[in-house]
Amino acid sequence: MGAALARAAQWTAAGYGTGTLEITPLNEALLNQIIKFAEDFSTRHPQEALVVFKEPLEWKTQLDSSAFGEGYEIDGETVKSEARDEDGQPLLLLTASNLRVRSFDQLSRMLQIAMEKKLKEAQACLEANRDPIVKILGPEYGTVEGEDKSMLHLLEKVKKVDDPETEKKMKIFILLHQLDMQLLNSSLKQISKDVRLSPAAVNNEVNLLKNFSGKGEDTVLESLEYTSDYTFSNGCRAPPWRQVHGEICYLIIKPHDTDPLCITCSTAGVFLNGGELKNKGDIDYERKSDIYKDIVTFLRERSPRFVENMAKQEYTFFKEPTYEKNDQHVEAVDAKVSGQSQNHYDHTEKNIHEKVKSSVAKSKSIEKKKLEPSVKWKNTGLSAARSAKAARKVNEEQRRSSSVSTKFKKKVSCISSASVKMQSSLKCKVSSKSEEVSESSSETEEDEEQPVRHQEGNTDLPSEYWGIQKLAKYLKGGNPTATVIALCSMRDFNLAQETCQLAIKDIGCLEVLINLLDTEEIKCQIGSLKILKEISQNTLIRHAIADLGGLEIMVKILDSPDKELKCLAAETIANVARFKRARRTVRLHGGIKRLVGLLECTSARSTGLTPSQAKDTEIARCGALALWSCSKSTKNKEAIRKAGGIPLLAEWLKSSHKSILTPVAGTLQECASEPSYRLAIRTEGMIEHLVNNLSTEHEELQMHCASAIFKCAEDKETRDLVRLHGGLLPLSTLLGNSENKQLLAAVTGAIWKCAISGENVSKFHDFKVVEVLVGLLTDQPEEVLVNIVGALGECCQDPRHRAIIRKCGGIPPLVKLLTGTNQALLVNVTKAVGACATEPENMMIIDRLDGVRLLWSLLKNPNPDVQASAAWAICPCIENAKDAGEMVRSFVGGLELIVNLLKSKNKEVLASVCAAITNIAKDKENLAVITDHGVVPLLSKLANTNDDKLRRHLAEAISHCCMWGSNRVTFGESKAVAPLVRYLKSNDPLVHRATSQALYQLSEDPSNCITMHENGVVKLLLTMVGSTDETLQEAAAGCIANIRRLALATEKAKYG
Amino acid sequence: MSAKRLQQQVEALSRSAKHFNKSEVECLIKLFDTLVTTSSDRFGAVGFDRNMFRDTLHRMFGMTDDMVMDRVFRTFDRDNDSCISVEEWVEGLSVFLRGTLDERIKYCFEVYDLNGDGYISREEMFQMLKNSLLKQPSEEDPDEGIKDLVDIALKKMDYDHDGKLSFADFEKAVRDDNLLLEAFGPCLPDIKGSLAFEKKTFKGNRKL
Repeated sequence: MGAALARAAQWTAAGYGTGTLEITPLNEALLNQIIKFAEDFSTRHPQEALVVFKEPLEWKTQLDSSAFGEGYEIDGETVKSEARDEDGQPLLLLTASNLRVRSFDQLSRMLQIAMEKKLKEAQACLEANRDPIVKILGPEYGTVEGEDKSMLHLLEKVKKVDDPETEKKMKIFILLHQLDMQLLNSSLKQISKDVRLSPAAVNNEVNLLKNFSGKGEDTVLESLEYTSDYTFSNGCRAPPWRQVHGEICYLIIKPHDTDPLCITCSTAGVFLNGGELKNKGDIDYERKSDIYKDIVTFLRERSPRFVENMAKQEYTFFKEPTYEKNDQHVEAVDAKVSGQSQNHYDHTEKNIHEKVKSSVAKSKSIEKKKLEPSVKWKNTGLSAARSAKAARKVNEEQRRSSSVSTKFKKKVSCISSASVKMQSSLKCKVSSKSEEVSESSSETEEDEEQPVRHQEGNTDLPSEYWGIQKLAKYLKGGNPTATVIALCSMRDFNLAQETCQLAIKDIGCLEVLINLLDTEEIKCQIGSLKILKEISQNTLIRHAIADLGGLEIMVKILDSPDKELKCLAAETIANVARFKRARRTVRLHGGIKRLVGLLECTSARSTGLTPSQAKDTEIARCGALALWSCSKSTKNKEAIRKAGGIPLLAEWLKSSHKSILTPVAGTLQECASEPSYRLAIRTEGMIEHLVNNLSTEHEELQMHCASAIFKCAEDKETRDLVRLHGGLLPLSTLLGNSENKQLLAAVTGAIWKCAISGENVSKFHDFKVVEVLVGLLTDQPEEVLVNIVGALGECCQDPRHRAIIRKCGGIPPLVKLLTGTNQALLVNVTKAVGACATEPENMMIIDRLDGVRLLWSLLKNPNPDVQASAAWAICPCIENAKDAGEMVRSFVGGLELIVNLLKSKNKEVLASVCAAITNIAKDKENLAVITDHGVVPLLSKLANTNDDKLRRHLAEAISHCCMWGSNRVTFGESKAVAPLVRYLKSNDPLVHRATSQALYQLSEDPSNCITMHENGVVKLLLTMVGSTDETLQEAAAGCIANIRRLALATEKAKYG
Repeated sequence: MSAKRLQQQVEALSRSAKHFNKSEVECLIKLFDTLVTTSSDRFGAVGFDRNMFRDTLHRMFGMTDDMVMDRVFRTFDRDNDSCISVEEWVEGLSVFLRGTLDERIKYCFEVYDLNGDGYISREEMFQMLKNSLLKQPSEEDPDEGIKDLVDIALKKMDYDHDGKLSFADFEKAVRDDNLLLEAFGPCLPDIKGSLAFEKKTFKGNRKL
């Protein structure tokens, strides 16, 4: 038992003094076994159980005297067992929570009494008696390391004197020894089950989780951040004095449903720590929870929302690759990666495991190589590798230390603190975090990629591995000549193949390749970049290149006089900068400016090229490729603009070289999300060229151009320019290519936005676009549908189109789409259906398909945009439906629902609901119902608004709601009148009209007239009477008349 | 040297060394003369001898590999008289500094073909590469690594699998991957070296 307790049991880390037993699964198992042993002892070995211990086992108990019953003398707080030893001393003695037990018999009885507190008692007992055998049998039986002679002593004794007591002791000792063995064996099983986490595994898991984190409903976590940015060369982020305890890093995790969790990732697993200490920026390292084998398992226990959303994520992750596939210049490898990513989640756990194993195996094989100095080349990689090795040693030692007896602990910590000093002297700066934070808040990108290793689980190394390793030797230890030969030969391997890519990384070749970039040898730089360019198709490699500082060097290379070198560097940057951190690195090291510089060239327009011009075009192409990758970050877009990239992009857009047009259009398309670019695209005359390129043969180029138009055509002048440059026809023609969904999405998007202008709509009529769009309504991906329906909605401005949609059978599919869930789609569908409903004939079809009920139910949608859009759509439906009042009444609870929406905070929702209420109130019976639901006070509450759109619809709603019962009086009582008077000071004539109508209605009530008069309505109304709008004139005059009549009546009453 | 003779030389050489214009040729001739006169005080030679040439290459282009420089000397020295005349100097530099890819392939192959038999043999490669690896105490046979490297180079470049590189092999390999032009040691100036040389040499002329 002694050995097991000392070795296997997990005493609190770095325990001082006595230490306590932590409650870990392992300890629990140990304790349970000991308890079972002690409990059964008296029945299995009745003789031995009676042997009196040399010294009592003594500990603080939680049992009190009341728990003891038969066989004990109880006297207040004191309990004595009836069983006594030869001297008459009780074998069990409890005095004020101090328990002394002197035989196994008593021990097992005590445990039976303790019931569910057994575990606590056993724990307390063992904590107080670190080597119970000494107490039980005497000091000569103490647990010692190494050869244990106690057994032999005992045997001799037994031989010498034939003492039955000694014989019993002997038996007890043997029994205890057996228990010890048993405990050790079982704990060994436990320990071997333990997953040892490594920094790489933790980092991978964190990156994976980060992918699924962020704002929004569907993410698994709100955020997940390291507490420190600085990574030691062994991959740990924990400070060195904590690495000694096997701790790797600390994370702050914000789940959706609980408070932020501050956790520690250590080699033993993941657990909750005491959280950040507020004042010191430090962490309370004490363990506060069980240990879990990884972060995911930990979170599964902690956050139900995590588990729930995790299940959903598998679906969203499925979808993402299809985006990436087409947005980026995709190569076969990427497709492979995305194809496999679906099952990556299930694999991660296994992978971590495998990785740990394989990395150990690999590092062993490389270690020898790494020690060889590569004198000529900068050997930063080497020193890093060395210190990593040292750290690994430390780690291993720590690992051992936890299982070796505590005596050794001190020694180990001495060793490791020495090596830790070495590490921290390498570089120990705490980088500021602020930049990172501001960046991540400004960007919400979906293209973040996750480095995931796809190994099929076979541990056999492929033959390429050895071939590459052989060449790597020459890269590390050869002069430039040998290096170039090795580099050229390396390219004979199929670098597009993942095994080769990973082999290069695993062998440690990547570091060498990057170091080569930092030399003066152009040939080595070129050779290295040619390889890096190929293998950076792999996400893992990209991340590794960025981690190794490759981007900084490549950015520097962009200044080189050698054109080929520049090209290769830019192309490699284009590959690597596909994730946010890399793009940021490029920007922070001045890469954007240099890349923009690559575009500076005069030969943009000419077709026949001299070799040197061709070379310049090639440089520009590579530069554009890199800018395209970089332009996915908002700050980079800004940086490109500031570096003067826009005119250069505009110049190249005039080019006739397909190869450069695609990245240029891609960049523009990406940047068009920024208003500054949209303006520039219009004013620099790029629309013309975007339109021209719609007619090329190159689908990707067409797509980027259409997409750029899509983003820019929010602006009216741009829409006109598209028409003037004849862009509408090619857009219409491109609808015919419905196979390429990405292209279709971009084209329909462009049509949608262009159709906002009426002139464009009539052009589209000539090109019979609506007919085609209706035909495309079925079997399309959602992003295409959103645009198609949006386009149809805009086209419906033209009454001819409303009829066309009906004739082409477009209404049923549209109504069907009302049952969808995509919110962007719903906004557009409701709009389109609403637009169709302005035609009575269409309305009949909608009514027959129960479309109004569907619209109405969308008022329950949580998204305010959908609510508003649905409410707007309901208006024409009520106007144009036969028996509208009856129809509205038939929706159970519908009126209450819409009245309650007046409590919304969203202006657009309020305006739309007011408009809907205006229409509902036209039916007297419905007006009565909504009055019952309290529409009047709700409307009155909204009266104090400055939003003209809301004012107008609110005034209309009020004027219509006045028509029932005592509503006019109620409006007056709920103080709606005075604000309405102020509406007349607005600049919007539509507000004037609606307000004067409302005031006219309200003025039927005398007290309202008084309020109006007090607020100076007459003067305002008098100007309205002079308006050219007859309705306004009439209402204003009517209102004045009512006020005047009241005044006359009062005078009459007073003086008459 | 009389101005007239200089003029004649310039005329003749600017026709044969087609990458230089007349004034550049003139500069090179002047440079040649200065170099020869400074050294002829010591050696009394009419042209560059091997040592002087090596010295010049080293000073002007930072080339260090003695064997390669020897071979460069041989390649410059068309008539094999162990002395580089002014014609050989200008024509050699024409390729050396501004040669087309074809010319440079030819030049490099000649440099590497140590015995001039039209092939770069395994042994020649070994000879040229033998100093290319850093000595590693761990390895028993330091030559083993070089032999492996030669095998790697052959595997890469020996298209007809005859165990040696013919000119055709070499040309094909270089066209495939330009990096292999100087596969067996630097024998051409790098871009910085040649720019510096041209600047230094031709600058004087513009002043005149």
